[in-house]
Amino acid sequence: MDTIMHAGLSVRGIDKSFGLVKALKGVSLDVREGEFFTLLGPSGCGKTTLLRIIAGLELADAGKIVLGGEDITALPATKRQVNTVFQSYALFPHLTIFENVAFGLRSRKFPREQIESRVRKRLEMLGLQNMANRYPHQLSGGQQQRVALARALVNEPKVLLLDEPMSALDAKLRGQVQVELRRLQRKLGQTFILVTHDQSEAMVVSDRIAVMSQGKIIQFGSPKEVYERPGTRFVAEFLGAANLLRGKKKNGGLDTDIGFLALNQSPSWEEGTVAIRPERIRVTKQPASVNAFKARLREAIYRGTDLDLWFDPGPLRVRTAAHRNYAVDKEVWLEFPPEALVILDG
Amino acid sequence: MDKFLVWYGELTTQRRLTMRGMQFLGVGMLWILLFLVLPGLVLVVVSFATRGSYGNLEWHFTLENYKRLLGFSVFGWTADYIIILWRSVWVAFVTSVIAVVLSYPLCFFICSRPERTRYLWLMLVVIPFWTNMVIRTYAWFLILAPEFPPARIANFLGLLPANTPLYPNAFAVYLGMVTIFLPFVALPLYSSVERLDWSLVEAAQDLYASKIRIFMQAILPQTVPGLSVGIILTFVPAMGMFVVPDLLGGAKYMLVGNLIEQQFGASRDWPFGAAVSMGLMALTMISLYLYRRKNKEMQFV
Repeated sequence: MDTIMHAGLSVRGIDKSFGLVKALKGVSLDVREGEFFTLLGPSGCGKTTLLRIIAGLELADAGKIVLGGEDITALPATKRQVNTVFQSYALFPHLTIFENVAFGLRSRKFPREQIESRVRKRLEMLGLQNMANRYPHQLSGGQQQRVALARALVNEPKVLLLDEPMSALDAKLRGQVQVELRRLQRKLGQTFILVTHDQSEAMVVSDRIAVMSQGKIIQFGSPKEVYERPGTRFVAEFLGAANLLRGKKKNGGLDTDIGFLALNQSPSWEEGTVAIRPERIRVTKQPASVNAFKARLREAIYRGTDLDLWFDPGPLRVRTAAHRNYAVDKEVWLEFPPEALVILDG
Repeated sequence: MDKFLVWYGELTTQRRLTMRGMQFLGVGMLWILLFLVLPGLVLVVVSFATRGSYGNLEWHFTLENYKRLLGFSVFGWTADYIIILWRSVWVAFVTSVIAVVLSYPLCFFICSRPERTRYLWLMLVVIPFWTNMVIRTYAWFLILAPEFPPARIANFLGLLPANTPLYPNAFAVYLGMVTIFLPFVALPLYSSVERLDWSLVEAAQDLYASKIRIFMQAILPQTVPGLSVGIILTFVPAMGMFVVPDLLGGAKYMLVGNLIEQQFGASRDWPFGAAVSMGLMALTMISLYLYRRKNKEMQFV
């Protein structure tokens, strides 16, 4: 096994089974110090299990976890310099907001004045200074979430873990909180690891995303990389919409059901799939010089910010600016720019 | 003419609502009046009466019974009855504490079993609960008999002369009391433990809490509802218990329950028995009040 020198978090070859179900199959990842890292995947992919193993709330069957150069694989949760924001927030209902935030410091027997000042500072930072003497049930969902965040951050953990912290908030508030969380992490420069099944949330907050499926990490990359260069069909479809075109390799391009597609790069396989995002397909009046196909508009859905078009053959999905007008059943030309076509594995 | 109003979708009048309320309440009120308030009042009246020479009641108003309970007699002051009262409170307290301490591991053990076998374990708690108290107390006679290991071990350790049973004594009373009241604590506590929100325990672990702190901050507050029921169901009847101390405690370890039973039975001194009962009732009320006050601090806010 390679030596791990950096100050961040390293996870190597983690296996975990629950009875006969393999939740994690040899997962490895590196999170750099000060990075906002996201584990993204559908429910049941093992992302929460991985987070719980990093927190020490679950023990791995095999593998190694190294935090800041120290092997913490065998340390229990109470000894790890890692704190968690739980999905349900798990605030102590019988304690005030102040006492909730002070909990970790009191556990570690910090001096009274230091607890007072550190808790006050965190409450202020998250706009909770007026809530100190209230109880969790007197707060709104968004406020409770910030208390959970303050309670974890006050301990100055080496890594902050967030287990789907936004899932209990309504859509509008969620969008707002995502941006705030991003800004907070930038300001503090602390390492955050977020677990989510919401791809748009992952895009907004992350420096880097690991896409998980069935107990494995399928792809690492910045939001832009995983969105624009998905490696597999799963990633292409999980992160937003994608048109998938299957075909055989021919003359450095691809022979598909709708015709010959020119590619920028020759695929490594003989028969396989390429993907293109709906917003990358161009709708033109005249045929373009490469990859132009005639298509008939089947349905147009106005979505406010943009317009979703469904074409035959296919169905091909195209997204364009909302102000444009297209008549259903009319034929138009579609252009698939070669640089927008992504060759998928297998 | 009555004013009409709509009550939960029903068109009715204030008077009809009041009438209906009285009908429903009346039955319950009558019940409480007949079986609780009236006998209670009779007890109060009797406690101020005088015992006749043949154990009959004579209606001379007197405070003599209460003076006697406080220890004043023609021979001067003795603390005997006060000691019995205090001992009853103490035994009830210790019984409750031991039952609680034993119930926690028991409940967590049952909750950790797979769902299929959980009810089997629960049945093992419930069956003794359904068994007659006297039979269960007599069972201890057998277990504590001189030929059986507990008495032999006590003998070997020099705590007990040879060929004597491990009763009657205080230890046997506590043993009997705890076995009888354990299900009263374990069952309500189980219902709380079963519904425990484990994410709070995980949060406490995540926040560096020691094992004691995890219990005090994440587990105990969540189990307070079940615990309260269990403690009240144990403490109150345990104070008036007389079967167990009678059989396992003998004359040396008399509790207030035995004293009352004696007055209404063998001694045929109903007025004094009634006065002792009033004393017990007062102690129960005081204990419940103190418990409630303490409990309020722990209760979820």
